[in-house]
Amino acid sequence: MKYVNQPVRKKDAMSLVTGKPVYTDDLAPKDCLVVKVLRSPYAHAIIEEIQTDIAKKLPGIACVLTYEDVPQKRFTMAGQTYPEPSPYDRLILDKRVRFVGDAVAIVAGEDEKAVEKAMKVIKVKYQVLEPVLDFRTAKDNPILVHPEENWKALCPVGADNKRNLCACGLEEHGDVDKVIAESDVVVENTYHTKAVQQTMMETFRTYTTMDTYGRLNVISSTQVPFHVRRILSNALDIPKSKIRVVKPRIGGGFGAKQTVVAEVYPAIVTLKTGRPAKIIYTREESLTASTPRHEMEVKVRIGATKDGHIRGIEVKTLSNTGAYGEHGPTTVGLSGHKSIPLYSKAEAFRFQYDVVYTNRMSAGAYRGYGATQGIFAVESAINELAVKLGMDPVALREMNLTREGDVMHGYYGETAGSCHLDRCLERTADMIGWKEKYPRRVMPDGKIRSVGIAMAMQGSGISNVDTGAVSIKINDDGFYSLSIGASDMGTGCDTILAQMAADCLDCSVDEIIVHGVDTDISPYDSGSYASSTTYVTGMATVKACQTLVDKMKAYGAEKLGCDAKDVEFDGEKVYCLKDEKRSISRKDLGNEAMCAAHNALYATEAFSSPISPPPFMAGAVEIEVDPETGSVEVLDYAAVVDCGTVVNPNLAKVQVEGGLVQGIGMALFEEITYDEKGYVAENSLMQYKIPTRLDMGRLRVEFDSSYEQTGPFGAKSIGEIVINTPAPAIAHAVYNATGLRFTELPITPEKVAMGLIKE
Amino acid sequence: MQITIKLNGKQVTADVAPDMNLLNFVRSQGCYSVKCGCETSNCGLCTLWMDGKPVLSCSILAARADGHEIVTMEGCQEEAAEFGAFLADQGAEQCGFCSPGFIMNVLALFREYEDPTEEEIKEYLAGNLCRCSGYEGQLRAIRAYMAYKKGGESK
Repeated sequence: MKYVNQPVRKKDAMSLVTGKPVYTDDLAPKDCLVVKVLRSPYAHAIIEEIQTDIAKKLPGIACVLTYEDVPQKRFTMAGQTYPEPSPYDRLILDKRVRFVGDAVAIVAGEDEKAVEKAMKVIKVKYQVLEPVLDFRTAKDNPILVHPEENWKALCPVGADNKRNLCACGLEEHGDVDKVIAESDVVVENTYHTKAVQQTMMETFRTYTTMDTYGRLNVISSTQVPFHVRRILSNALDIPKSKIRVVKPRIGGGFGAKQTVVAEVYPAIVTLKTGRPAKIIYTREESLTASTPRHEMEVKVRIGATKDGHIRGIEVKTLSNTGAYGEHGPTTVGLSGHKSIPLYSKAEAFRFQYDVVYTNRMSAGAYRGYGATQGIFAVESAINELAVKLGMDPVALREMNLTREGDVMHGYYGETAGSCHLDRCLERTADMIGWKEKYPRRVMPDGKIRSVGIAMAMQGSGISNVDTGAVSIKINDDGFYSLSIGASDMGTGCDTILAQMAADCLDCSVDEIIVHGVDTDISPYDSGSYASSTTYVTGMATVKACQTLVDKMKAYGAEKLGCDAKDVEFDGEKVYCLKDEKRSISRKDLGNEAMCAAHNALYATEAFSSPISPPPFMAGAVEIEVDPETGSVEVLDYAAVVDCGTVVNPNLAKVQVEGGLVQGIGMALFEEITYDEKGYVAENSLMQYKIPTRLDMGRLRVEFDSSYEQTGPFGAKSIGEIVINTPAPAIAHAVYNATGLRFTELPITPEKVAMGLIKE
Repeated sequence: MQITIKLNGKQVTADVAPDMNLLNFVRSQGCYSVKCGCETSNCGLCTLWMDGKPVLSCSILAARADGHEIVTMEGCQEEAAEFGAFLADQGAEQCGFCSPGFIMNVLALFREYEDPTEEEIKEYLAGNLCRCSGYEGQLRAIRAYMAYKKGGESK
């Protein structure tokens, strides 16, 4: 391996660091109409009357659209493979508004000032309804979020709009009640994780134009270009063949851009007016009308023998999907599927869940996708179990954790084919100095230093669903073009897939050019989500390169006049095994394939996996608590990850570090709070505090790679797992420092200080 | 109202609305490296230099820049590329959306401090948010750049 496992610089890096105009708003035509959305001030209301006459007549206004102007077929904005598990519960504009910030009207004009002026003169008469704001009371509440008759669920996910249910389900293995009843020690607790925002630096944005062929062109900051095409076709009720989606560079996604949050608005304006249109979400819109993490309440029950063998695990999750069901039925699954199987030696488990609609901002995909919430709960419960057993939490985990070859009943019965979780845990404990530092030390100034630990897993793509296809061709003078449908969102998939291709083709990574996603040109890919790109699209890359090599060998053999099985390709030339002097160079192959050729030296392959091999990791934190103020400072975070073969050590490491800091934010600062009318308090980065470089202490990351036989070069995934350990590890450290057990996030200084006073 | 600004070395005279901010002005002049991340002076993405000092262009009216010298990354490409290469070699630019504002502030840091301590670096750059990198890789890039500038290590 010349390039795989090397810290290759990202192909687009120098453009990005020198500020080149490569993002959506930099590329949008200068004569674009500016599109804005008038939003509901009520959490639940019916629009009785909406007057737009005056607004339409204002200078510079191109169009004003209301619910009367949009197709009446419901759709979902969730970027998922068809048929989407998320219910079809949306219209572009609806007579019923379901959260504060829901879309009421679309206004497009020549500039921002004209549009803002027009928005002020639109008169809306609302019939204000009582909202359902508390997700604990939503199920079977007489107030329905989606009473409409044309609501529909395409998949059997247990959804019922007449019960405010977006999904429900039950999975079990063995008799968990019996096993827990027989257990010597039982822990039982309820954990609450709130909605948090992905807060990518580039907010949601899209521009649309009509092209030469009368087709709608959509240039969007998205993780899911092919899903955008289908969703827009559904929303606008036009054929998919009429839509082209292009992804430029995108300024971060973290799952937010796996939902089609903004695309419909400029798209319908361009369809109605024929003119280019763009929407740039403000940060306020991105914080109040977007797609944050699902709030979840997770009840955990774990039974163990008195010597620490875990016998049964029960997880019951209540998830809040908010006003619409995007990713509701699927995120909840991971709260059990990615937490219970960390301890596959348990004889029995049960996982039960409800996902409910409320009149809050619609939730969506955020890195971790339910696993983060479930792992906070289960790992916190394991730390409580250690206390109850009087055992060291590391020793308890060592005794029970999933090891290579174990069958994970809680994970579709998959076998852990590649798993260094045991080694990750051991090394993480060493790195943080567990033996010396657990549980706490009181410093001379009265501050308390303590440590906490947690483990995590995730998947690598969605088994039997995610599909990645890759095309590769040789060009004149022998350079290669790699076309992928996976969205590079800054994480570097354009580069790591080129690294893989370079090793498959035995050439330099610079000899491979990569084309980003254009749905007219690129081979199909489900998109960059579910930790799928390295594993799924990576395997498609390996397959496509193998096919191209076979084609080049056949072509070369023909030119050399020998049998295809008697030639070899060494990266530079195809040569005859029986007479190595007879050869044709890659350069000549490329050139000859462009003159009087009968075969295209072009290969396209797709890959989908029947399994989703989990990456595993352990994370440990050292914190300092000031008992006077309740402040919790992260001093040091150690993490060891088994993502299989590390394709690009630099990019993988930065993924881990970035994920850890997002997890630290979720544990300590980030919170979305609603008032009794359903208003979000944190509507700017003044209130919604993400970690700065002064808030994260020191991060130390290592890899302990197993080899995943089914993955490209032995690789699994890295993108999501990395956000899962900070919340439980920090909550554990706070307990070790103060004796206060926090089951709700974030753990703010107020909560710690007030808790200590109560003690 | 009419303003005249020395933008990236060139005199630019333009008619601007009284409430136009400097961020939108420089973008209207083709300086697309300057990004908006928050609108509330919290993120640092819109950092550029006004008379050699780093400022948040979202929080300054274009009118206030009248008669001043403004430099965006378009006006310091070589310097940006020199440091940017170190960021790229850590893979820490990631999505890159915050990179121009961050790098403009890093370059300003080195104009103020010859040999900043880690604490001074973190303090100086505290207003530059990044959601991708977790900041650690940015710090590694700065350390490597400082070592290179001291001649201790060749690139």
